[in-house]
Order: sequence, then C-alpha cells, then structure tokens
Amino acid sequence: MVLWEFVPISQKLVRTYFLLVLFLALRAFGNLSLAWGTKHMPEKLAGDPLVYIRSMLDPGIAMGIAMLILALLVRLALLSVADLSFILPMTAIGYVLAALLGRVFLHEAVSAQRWLAVMLIFGGAALVSSTPQATTGKMEGSK
Amino acid sequence: MTWVLVTVMVVATVLSDLLQSFEMKRAGEQSVGVRGVGRLLRMIAARRYLLLSIVCLAFSFFAFMALVQSAPLSFAVPVSASSFILETVAAKVLLKEQIGGRRAAGCLLVLCGVALLGK
Repeated sequence: MVLWEFVPISQKLVRTYFLLVLFLALRAFGNLSLAWGTKHMPEKLAGDPLVYIRSMLDPGIAMGIAMLILALLVRLALLSVADLSFILPMTAIGYVLAALLGRVFLHEAVSAQRWLAVMLIFGGAALVSSTPQATTGKMEGSK
Repeated sequence: MTWVLVTVMVVATVLSDLLQSFEMKRAGEQSVGVRGVGRLLRMIAARRYLLLSIVCLAFSFFAFMALVQSAPLSFAVPVSASSFILETVAAKVLLKEQIGGRRAAGCLLVLCGVALLGK
C-alpha cells in the first residue's frame, strides 16, 4: 500500500533528473564547441548580421548551435515537470562545467579562487536539490 | 563593449525564461521521445508567448556568441548568471512559485559562488 503510493513520485523524480543531466551535458559541450569555433574565426562577430550568417558554416559553431537547440528542447520538457526556481539553481552546475571545459579544452587559467567558487556552487545546488520540484500545483496526483 | 553584450544577454534571457515557463506550465507535462519533440515543435509554432521567448533567446544567444569570441569561456558562462537572482524573484512574483528558506539560501550560495567565479 505504502510502496505503491511512492511509485509515481519516484518515477517523476528519475525523469526530472534524467532531463536535467541531459540538458547540462548538451549545453556545456554546445558552449565549448561554440567558443572554440568563434575563437578561431578571423572576423569579429559583434554588430554585423552578415558575419553571423557566415559563421554558421563553421563546423565548430554549427555543431555548438545544434547541441544548444537540442538543450533548449530538453529544457522545455524540464520546465513542464519542474519549477523555474528549481531549474535555475541546478543549472548553476553548468557554470562549473564551463570552467572545467574551458580549462581542459581551451587551456584557460582557472585560479584557486575560482575552484573555491566551484565548491560554493555545489553546496548551493545540493541545498536546492533537496526541495520539491513543483510548487504551483495542478500537475501531481500524489499525496 | 563586453558589458553591453552582457547586458543584452542578461535582459533577453530573463524575458525568455519567464515567457517559456509561463506558457509551458499552461501546456502541462511534456515528454522528449521522438513523438514528444514533434509535439513540442508544433506547440512552439502555435503559442505566441513561446515564439516571443524564442526571439528573446535569439538576441541573448547572438550577444553570447560575440562575448565568447573575445572573453574566456570560464568568464562568459558564469557572468550570464547575473540574471539569476532577478529571475528567482520574478518566478515568485510573476509566476507565483513558492521560494522556501532552504531554496532561497541555496540560491544565494550559488550566486556567491558564481560571482566569485566571474571575478
């Protein structure tokens, strides 16, 4: 009886976290691909629409954009099962991933201060992840 | 120029997120199976607020592209988190989401970390 009642709740939880992980991975590597592509372009992007259109032909930029579009679709699905104020703090893990990928693949200098920041972000994200994902109602049959 | 790009990116992101969340909550639960993606795309085309949110997202994205070209990835991504507190407050006020003490504390901790990371 008790176990039976918990099944739909845990399924929804697994689904929410699966979408979250998928979203984080797609966005982190999409950003990396985009950064790599734009940094290797000869022209400056800001303010010129034509340069933007031409930049889409660069394989690094094109792949980055494709991954980011996919991330956006996964995020839409995520928004339908969880609150924006839950998703936003969890998305902060993406900032850590960006620093990590920037250091490993783009050889950026990441100071001790930045790794301290990483610990703060993990602490905050863990705190937030222990609260319920939807508070505005209408979508859960539980309880 | 860097901070102009950051401002455009942040304001456009906040608008886009609010519009998206508002519209998707009205739509109910969505899946991302093969059928789910098709249904999501059809829904995007049919809903005005979602279309508007995607226009905002495009502006934010082009600003981010220009930013990431000149600034390091480990700066460009964390600096986009300056939209964070503003969005959480807006989620409470406009979308009527409940922000508990634990969640608010978590938010603040994450924000401190992000601010330090962006330095």
